[in-house]
Amino acid sequence: MLGFVAQRLLYLVPVLIAVSLLTFLIASLLPGDLAYTILGDQATPEKVAALRADMGLDQPIYIRYFGWLGNVLQGDFGRSFRTGQTVLQAVTERLPISLELMVLAQVIALAIGVPLAIICAARSGGPFDRFMTGTAFGMLSVPTFLSAILLIYLFAVELRWLPATGYVPFGEDPAKNLRFMVLPALTLALAEWPGIMRVLRSDMIATLQEDYIALAKAKGLKASRILFVHALKPSSLTLVTITGINIGRLIGGAVIVETVFALPGIGRLLVGAITTRDLIILQGVVLLVGAGFVLINFIVDMLYAMLDPRIRHGHA
Amino acid sequence: MTEGTLLSVEDVIVDLPTPRGNLRAVDRVDLTVGAGRTLGVVGESGCGKTMLSRAILQLLPKKAKLSGRVMFDGQDLLQLSPERLRKLRGRSLAVVFQDPMTSLNPVLTIGTQLIETLQEHLELDMRAATKRSVELLAAVGIPAPEQRLMQYPHQLSGGMRQRVAIAIALSCEPKLLIADEPTTALDVTIQAQILDLLAREQRRRHMAMIIITHDLGVVAGRTDEVAVMYAGRVVERAPTPALFKKMRMPYTEALLAALPKIDAAPHTPLPAISGRPPDPTRPLKGCSFAPRCRYAWAQCQVEKPRLEEADSPGHQFACFRPIGISAGAGA
Repeated sequence: MLGFVAQRLLYLVPVLIAVSLLTFLIASLLPGDLAYTILGDQATPEKVAALRADMGLDQPIYIRYFGWLGNVLQGDFGRSFRTGQTVLQAVTERLPISLELMVLAQVIALAIGVPLAIICAARSGGPFDRFMTGTAFGMLSVPTFLSAILLIYLFAVELRWLPATGYVPFGEDPAKNLRFMVLPALTLALAEWPGIMRVLRSDMIATLQEDYIALAKAKGLKASRILFVHALKPSSLTLVTITGINIGRLIGGAVIVETVFALPGIGRLLVGAITTRDLIILQGVVLLVGAGFVLINFIVDMLYAMLDPRIRHGHA
Repeated sequence: MTEGTLLSVEDVIVDLPTPRGNLRAVDRVDLTVGAGRTLGVVGESGCGKTMLSRAILQLLPKKAKLSGRVMFDGQDLLQLSPERLRKLRGRSLAVVFQDPMTSLNPVLTIGTQLIETLQEHLELDMRAATKRSVELLAAVGIPAPEQRLMQYPHQLSGGMRQRVAIAIALSCEPKLLIADEPTTALDVTIQAQILDLLAREQRRRHMAMIIITHDLGVVAGRTDEVAVMYAGRVVERAPTPALFKKMRMPYTEALLAALPKIDAAPHTPLPAISGRPPDPTRPLKGCSFAPRCRYAWAQCQVEKPRLEEADSPGHQFACFRPIGISAGAGA
C-alpha cells in the first residue's frame, strides 16, 4: 500500500510541472503588454521600458518561466500590482469561503443523490424509479443561475427565511455564516445531485445483476445488508470519480453562484483578476487551483484503492 | 409426499418473457429428494437445469413466472413470505454457484462473507463466528485458514475460492445443498477434489444434495439418483446404478457417448450430439429430442412422450422408441 501511494505521488510531479508551464504560458501569451496595463495608455515609452526591465519582461520567456517557478517553489507567488496584496494572501483570504461552499454543496448533493439512487436501483423500472429518473433528467437541464434566482425568490423574497446575498465569516458568527451559505450551497447541490443519482443508480443496477448478489440473497442476508454492504461499495467507484471532479471544479470557486450570492470566494477573485488584467494574481491563483485539482484526483485514486482491494493489490 | 422426502418439486413451470415470445425454461418438472440423499440433474446448456435450481431457491429473474409447488421440509416455498424465505435460505437451503470468480464479493474479505452468514442465522457473537469460520475453512481443505479470513477473493485461486463458497454453503449445516455446476469453471485437476469434498461433507453432515451438471461422469458414483433434462423437461429419471446399467432414453445414451473415454485411442473423434436443442420460444408438437434422435419415427414428431415407469423400480423415461426395444415394436 505504501509503495502504491509513493508511486501515485511520483506521478504528480510531471503533472504539476505541466500545470505550471501551461499556466505561465497562458498568462504570458495574452495579448497586451503588462507594463502598459500597469502604467496606463498615457505612459511614455521610456517609463514602460524601465518597468519592463524592472519586472524582467524584456527577458526571453523561458528565463521568465524559470524565474517565476523558482519564486513559486520558495512560496513567493508574486503580488498584485493593483492592490499590493500577495497572491497567497488573496487566496488564503478567499479560499475558506469557496471550500465551505464546496463542502456544503457536496454534502447536500450526496445526501439527496445517494439514497435516491439506492432506492431507484432496488426498484428499477418501478414507478418511483421512473419518476426520479425523469426528475433528475429535468434537473440536469436547469442552469445554475436560474435555480439560484428561483431559490432566492422563494426563500429570501417570498418566505423571508434566509438572506438573499452577503457573507459573514464563520469565525465571527457560525450560525449567521451558515444562513448565508445555505442558498448558494443548495443551488450548487441542485445541479449536482442528478449526476450523482444517475451514475450511482446505473452502477448499482449493474452490480445487482452480479452472481455475488444472487449468492448474498441465497445466504439469507437482509435486503439492507445486501444493498449497503454488498452492492454499494463495488458500485461507488464512478460516484467517487464524479464527486472528485465536482470538488476539483469547485476549488476554483463557483463563479456564477459566488457572483449571484455576492460571496467573496476564489471564483470572484479570478473573475476580478481577469477583468482588471491582474496577470500576477491570475497565474498564481490558476496554478494553486490547478495544484488543488491534481491533489483531489490523487485522493480519488487513493479512495479507489480503499474501495476495491484488487486495485491496491495491482490486479485490476 | 412420502416419508423422508425433504424436497419435492411438483409440476413446476418457469416461463421467461423474451422479445421473441414466451420462453418455457422449465416445463412441468416433478422431482423429489429424500433427506440425506443426492440427486444429479444432468443436461446440456440451456436445458433448464439452472433455471430449475433458481426456481427451487426462489432466485429467478424478476420477470420470470413460476407455477407449481416446491415443497421443502413441509412448507411450500412459493407461498412463504419473503421474511420466512430469507430465514430459510442460507440456513437450511444452501447453494454453490458455478463460477467462484464471480460468486464471491470482490470487495469483502473471505472472513466477512463467511461470518455474516453465521451471524445472520446462528446469532453467534464475533468471536464464536470467527472461530467457526476457521473450522469451516479447515474442513474444506484450505491451508492457513486464519490468514485467509483477512484475504480478498482475488488473492485465492479458483479452486480455493470454490472451497470458500462451499464453506459458506455448509456454514449453517443446511438440510439441502444445491451445487449448480460446481466444477465447470475449474481446472480438470481440481474438479475431482471439489466433487470428492462435496460428497464427503454431504455424507458427514447427512445433508441432501442436488448436483447440477452437464457431465454424466460427475454424477456417476456420486449420486443416489439421476434426472436427465432436455428442453426444460425431465426425460429420464432413475437410481444412478440402474441408469448406467440400462439407460432407456436415446438422449441419455447420446450424452454418455459424448464423454471422452480414457481408454480410447489417441485422436478418436468425440461423438457429438448433432444439431441443437429446439428453440425454447417455439415448442415442438412432438418429442423435443426427435429432430436429433437417430431412433425417431413418425409418432415422435406428432406426440409428446410422457414420463412412464420402466421395468425396474424408480426408473422413468419419456420415449416412444426407448433403447433396448426392437425396432417397430413401439412403446
